[in-house]
Amino acid sequence: MSMVDEQLVKQLSKASDIETNIVNNPHIAHLFIHHHKVIGAHLIPGLKVDVKEMTDGIKVSMVVEKGSVIEKPVHLCFGMFPEKGIQKIIMSVNIEDGASISILAHCTFPNAVDVQHIMDAQINVGKNARYSYFERHIHGDLGGVKVYPTAVINLDEGAQFKTEFELLKGCVGLIDMNYETNCKARSIAEMNARINGRGDDVIAIRETGNLLGEYSRGVLTSRVALRDNAKADVYNKIKATAAYARGHVDCKEIIQDNGVAKATPIVEVNNPKAHVTHEASIGSVDSKQLQTLMSRGLSEDDAVELIIQGLLS
Amino acid sequence: MGILELRNVGLTIDGKRIIHDINMDVWEGHVHAIVGPNGAGKSTLASTIMGLEGYRNLEGNIFFKGEDITNLKIDERARKGITFGWQEPARYEGLLVKDFISAGSKNKNEKYIFDALSQVGLDPEDYLNRAVDKTLSGGERKKVELASIIAMDPSLIMLDEPDSGIDVETLEKMFEVIRQLKNKGTTIIFITHSLAVLRQADHAFLMCCGEIIEKGLAKKIIPYFENKCIPCPHKNVPDKKV
Repeated sequence: MSMVDEQLVKQLSKASDIETNIVNNPHIAHLFIHHHKVIGAHLIPGLKVDVKEMTDGIKVSMVVEKGSVIEKPVHLCFGMFPEKGIQKIIMSVNIEDGASISILAHCTFPNAVDVQHIMDAQINVGKNARYSYFERHIHGDLGGVKVYPTAVINLDEGAQFKTEFELLKGCVGLIDMNYETNCKARSIAEMNARINGRGDDVIAIRETGNLLGEYSRGVLTSRVALRDNAKADVYNKIKATAAYARGHVDCKEIIQDNGVAKATPIVEVNNPKAHVTHEASIGSVDSKQLQTLMSRGLSEDDAVELIIQGLLS
Repeated sequence: MGILELRNVGLTIDGKRIIHDINMDVWEGHVHAIVGPNGAGKSTLASTIMGLEGYRNLEGNIFFKGEDITNLKIDERARKGITFGWQEPARYEGLLVKDFISAGSKNKNEKYIFDALSQVGLDPEDYLNRAVDKTLSGGERKKVELASIIAMDPSLIMLDEPDSGIDVETLEKMFEVIRQLKNKGTTIIFITHSLAVLRQADHAFLMCCGEIIEKGLAKKIIPYFENKCIPCPHKNVPDKKV
């Protein structure tokens, strides 16, 4: 790994809203990557991380050892301060049988004018293991970020996987995410995306849950708000091929101004004992919600803002 | 002079005359009821007073505290001191009870929000951080809505069918809150077809087919409503007078 750059870690922490006591806490693991360099890292027993820095990217291999329970959330911080550049992260995650970890990932590009953030992840969650991944993006107001996260997640029997993708601060720019989860027997996958689009933002969400094992469960949830000229295309698919598999696809998009939204919930069931449902709605802010808040004295703009904040919270 | 005055107010929606030439005086610090059978135009009248979407293309004038508010928008009327409680309150995905109440509250202090919830019989510890969504029952949402109105501290509150979807115990609690609000000088208007609610009022306006056909002390209106309106087979159809 590279030398620790305390100054850059501080700057990235501040831009990512990470409290300094988290970075200094010996019981909390963290890994800070600026562009393709590791600038700070702290590991704890049970968690192994191997990093290979390359000229055009960085490979991160993370292993949570069999039966290890990482009590406190691990902070991963990926970011770039320069206005232009490409950050490419190739990530391999193995949560071994019976292990458990929760990760808070901060992706921060405050000054981006022309930045690409490419994440290619392969994640394996072992038998009865638990993996929770909360990814928060903080972008600047210029909308100069293109985000391409791709992940294939394999859940072994009884595994639990939960992911939340949040992009609420700053302009999205362009995001094109593509996550696919394969669920063996009794495993559970929850995938949530919450994105606030404005300006000329372009948002594409593609999430797929393959319920391959008996009693597997999958829920795909997307919440998107669009203002100005922002566009979103949400494609969520659950395919159930095993008996007693249960799935649900839930997409809600609020549009305002010249926003354009598209939602395609796909459910495919190849087993008569499986059951998958879906719901999708696209529209303006609900009139009764809006008028209730206005009848308490809020202006229309403030009422809309509060409703959207709630939806994306 | 009343706190709220309606002068020759009429409303036509999609070519149908829904309310006709309404004249009303609402007295400050008193409890009023706009009463009548389903379809009489009660909720339409209240929506017109609040200035809700679709109810603003009216004839006549509405005065509040002597000021003509006919052309004001909902939020502008609210900031003057008028508010409205829906028959079925809205649900908000993700919006916390404390943020919903705080949004229109005069005092943003958490203790104030806490007190508003306590007044309607909800334990703040259990409810402050819950969302105002489908996880709350209809009765709970009514209480949360009333708490938000209490926190707003308006001069005039209109409550549309306040007994709808709530149990007797909750209704009694709501009446108790109304009495407290009245005692501090707040003006209340119930929109109702319920005798139990009508009995809480000091004054009443009896509506039928979009018109006020009788008004005065509630004790005078109650027997008329009970004996003539409730058994009446006449159906309220907009545009057709009695």
